[in-house]
Amino acid sequence: MTAADTHAPGAHEGHGHDAGHGSLKDYVIGFVLAVILTAIPFWLVMGHVLPTAQMTAVAVMGLAVIQVLVHMIYFLHMNSRSEGGWTLLALMFTLILVVITLSGSLWVMHNLNTHMMPVTAHDMQQMP
Amino acid sequence: MASHAQTLTAADADRFHMTEEHHPENGTLLGFWIYLMSDCLIFAVLFAAYAVLGRNYAAGPSGADLFELPVVAVNTGLLLFSSITYGFAMLSAQAGRKTPTLFWLAITGLFGAGFLTLELTEFAHLIHEGAGPQRSAFLSSFFTLVGTHGLHVTFGIIWLVTLMVQVGQRGLDEAMRRRLMCLSMFWHFLDVIWIGVFSFVYLLGVLK
Repeated sequence: MTAADTHAPGAHEGHGHDAGHGSLKDYVIGFVLAVILTAIPFWLVMGHVLPTAQMTAVAVMGLAVIQVLVHMIYFLHMNSRSEGGWTLLALMFTLILVVITLSGSLWVMHNLNTHMMPVTAHDMQQMP
Repeated sequence: MASHAQTLTAADADRFHMTEEHHPENGTLLGFWIYLMSDCLIFAVLFAAYAVLGRNYAAGPSGADLFELPVVAVNTGLLLFSSITYGFAMLSAQAGRKTPTLFWLAITGLFGAGFLTLELTEFAHLIHEGAGPQRSAFLSSFFTLVGTHGLHVTFGIIWLVTLMVQVGQRGLDEAMRRRLMCLSMFWHFLDVIWIGVFSFVYLLGVLK
């Protein structure tokens, strides 16, 4: 394997218009899946299907994650080969930052809330 | 030694040539993807703000009091339909058929405009009821998050109309196909963000 050999498939991929473009089948499959994955959470919440609100919340967020993946694959045509893997790498990096931002914010703010002194109505009146 | 050096330069030249050749087309798409990722971070921060402030009602109305899920469902449907019609536009553009491309782009724009109309009606209704962005931290973060998404859709529609005019003038050359591809990524990306909005803000907001 020379450098040229290992490079050739990636370069070819860039030339062929397959990368980043979908077929009609892709769009239709993605659309049908997206409709199903949208209908289920609305049905769960509006029809009060599950016994507790907590279970519904977990189900709604789980279905949202699956639907995001469906959109990524069928509409945005994400795969590990497009742009020689750089789009996937950028996505991974972004997702790590998103996870740090979201979990960090929630954790810190929750921590601050639990460490606040309980405020009573009497305290409120004394406030400037 | 001399032959070794020669093969090295040959291989280098080969590789250089290839990267150079496909760079102009793919550089734009990768760059645009990186822009979308930075946009993703903006929304992540707004989602984080909403996650922290979303239950601070300041004795005002909560999501359960305000949100009308049927309207949100229609809105979600409009955006989803606009996603697949944009997909049809891309397929037509790849086939080099100008009129179907313009037709599907127009349909996409109409779905987008319908989405915006419903959203602005909802905003106007909320503000009219006294549940504007200044009412509570919950409503501030709600209007910021959903408003930013709406603003993106607005600019997406402006961009879409611009591209329709350009396709009409110039036809579907390589540059136009690349521009359509960028807007395609932008449009589908907005739909991905909306999944987060309707799940996390609306559905979970109504839940409690």
